[in-house]
Amino acid sequence: MNTRFLCIKLLRGILTVLLVMTFVFIVLRLSGDPVDALVGDEAPPDLAAYYRTLYGLDKPIWQQYLLYLRNIASGNLGVSYSDERDVVDVVLERVPKTLELGIAAFLGSLLIGIPLGVIAALNRNTAIDRFTMGFAVLGFSLPNFFLGILLILAFTMQFRLLPSSGTGSWQHMVMPVITLATAGAGSLARFARSSMLEVLSKSYMRTATAKGVPRLRRINWHALPNAAIPIVTILGFRLGDLIAGSVVTESVFAWPGVGRLLVVSVGTRDLAVVQAILIFVATTMVFANLAVDLLYGWLDPRIRVSGTDKDA
Amino acid sequence: MAEVTAGRAGAAKTFKLGCPPLVLGCMAFIALILIVAAGADLIAPQHYTDQSLLDRLKPPAFLGGPARYLLGTDELGRDVLSRLIYGIRFSLVIAILGTTIGAVLGTFLGFLAAHARGLVEETIMMMVDVQAAIPFLIIALALLAFFGNSFTLFIIIMGLNGWETYARLTRGMVLSTAAQGYAVAVRSLGAKPLRLYGRHILPNIASALIVQFTLNFPSTILLETSLSFLGLGVQPPLTSLGQMLGAGRNYLILAWWIAVAPGVTIFLTTLSISIVGDWLRDRLDPTLRGR
Repeated sequence: MNTRFLCIKLLRGILTVLLVMTFVFIVLRLSGDPVDALVGDEAPPDLAAYYRTLYGLDKPIWQQYLLYLRNIASGNLGVSYSDERDVVDVVLERVPKTLELGIAAFLGSLLIGIPLGVIAALNRNTAIDRFTMGFAVLGFSLPNFFLGILLILAFTMQFRLLPSSGTGSWQHMVMPVITLATAGAGSLARFARSSMLEVLSKSYMRTATAKGVPRLRRINWHALPNAAIPIVTILGFRLGDLIAGSVVTESVFAWPGVGRLLVVSVGTRDLAVVQAILIFVATTMVFANLAVDLLYGWLDPRIRVSGTDKDA
Repeated sequence: MAEVTAGRAGAAKTFKLGCPPLVLGCMAFIALILIVAAGADLIAPQHYTDQSLLDRLKPPAFLGGPARYLLGTDELGRDVLSRLIYGIRFSLVIAILGTTIGAVLGTFLGFLAAHARGLVEETIMMMVDVQAAIPFLIIALALLAFFGNSFTLFIIIMGLNGWETYARLTRGMVLSTAAQGYAVAVRSLGAKPLRLYGRHILPNIASALIVQFTLNFPSTILLETSLSFLGLGVQPPLTSLGQMLGAGRNYLILAWWIAVAPGVTIFLTTLSISIVGDWLRDRLDPTLRGR
């Protein structure tokens, strides 16, 4: 792996996270004096002054900024207004639930979306192709919140098979996972189809046919590995959709994950929690994209050699 | 092989016809939605806040409810059809405003980046990267938390959604267009940058920007409906499709139609616009295909 390529990517990632933190800092300062909100207008001036000194708000803005960054670096993101607990703990205890849902949905969308796309590509312009692609377009156009409600109507209200909210058993997971995975499966199927079609038209595929490689081997050994490369790139983008989707999905099914915590915290304006989640999401996204870049380089030797050129 | 050739011939035929029936159907649906939004005051049987507490949670007329409530009533006895019609108007107005703000802002910054180069360009592109790095729903939620919900902020948030795609697209196209013969010629004839960009380059890149607009529009609708669904967007007594759906969620057992009517509308609207947008993209700019 090209170290320069990696370093540039890493630096950019760190810069992105730093910018997000700066953005939060600026926005929080713009949105009003936190001490006024804390003590109220009627409070005696010395009380407000006390809190100002306590939080370092009497210092010049650049010192406040440095203090803010130092606090974040040492893992001190403040306490939740609602229960006075360290926000890092509050957020981290919700992460496993979100991961559980997210990983299941991610695998689900891969296992459904990619085979569908490949099948559609292999049967190009037939009824199978049109049917699968119609299904894919429906899948990613159906808003998460509406799909969730339709599932609840069908499986909870009508057939009385699955619980509509909460967590605890595999039955609780079925509907949230379907809700979260459907959009991903749809867009992956479309992407896998176009990626596969492109590979199938390459000259090395014709060569393989000409030298008598059996059809199944041609597909599995010649076409799929090459079609996988562009698919991997959009997996990085999928993560963003998955995070946004989990916010809505967790709210529909009262799933106790980070997404629901975020919505509740926005509703109660628990700023410390919102800020922690924002930084957490930004860091996750940056590292995930870095991982995708690494995977990409590993899958495609051409990028390993000329990665910096492509990047610049 | 024969299959493929037949397929290609089929594709060529639909292309010649102008637009396939599916796209035509979608266009008709979009036109219907636009007419409903524009004529909401004339079409809606009632005002969206009119209540009739005696007629609460009545089923739609076709399921045995009273004939005057075509799509039934909600928990306050308000006509779901009327609320749906006004909801379409509000959701559409918000989405049009938001998408337009985003398009203008993004295109302007894209031009600025391509024109100024250097530090300005670096800063703009860095902002583009940051916005692209975080799902916008999360940014929107954070802004709502930090500033508190207000209608102005909500519109600003809608406008910030997707500006980065226009900025990136515009910058790239301006840079490549500015190097082309006609742009160089106009410049050497002494045209000021504003004239060069406004009169010569913008018309040439407009089709790609319009396509981007149609592709971005459904995502703005979805952002508005998602936030309103979560109770963090449009606030009652105002209504929007997402707000109706979110409120209807609490009455799924008693009155599923309150949630299903706006849900189906959102789904069909975004689906139609996406299909038309995709078709337009392939039609106007074949080089963008598959992106």
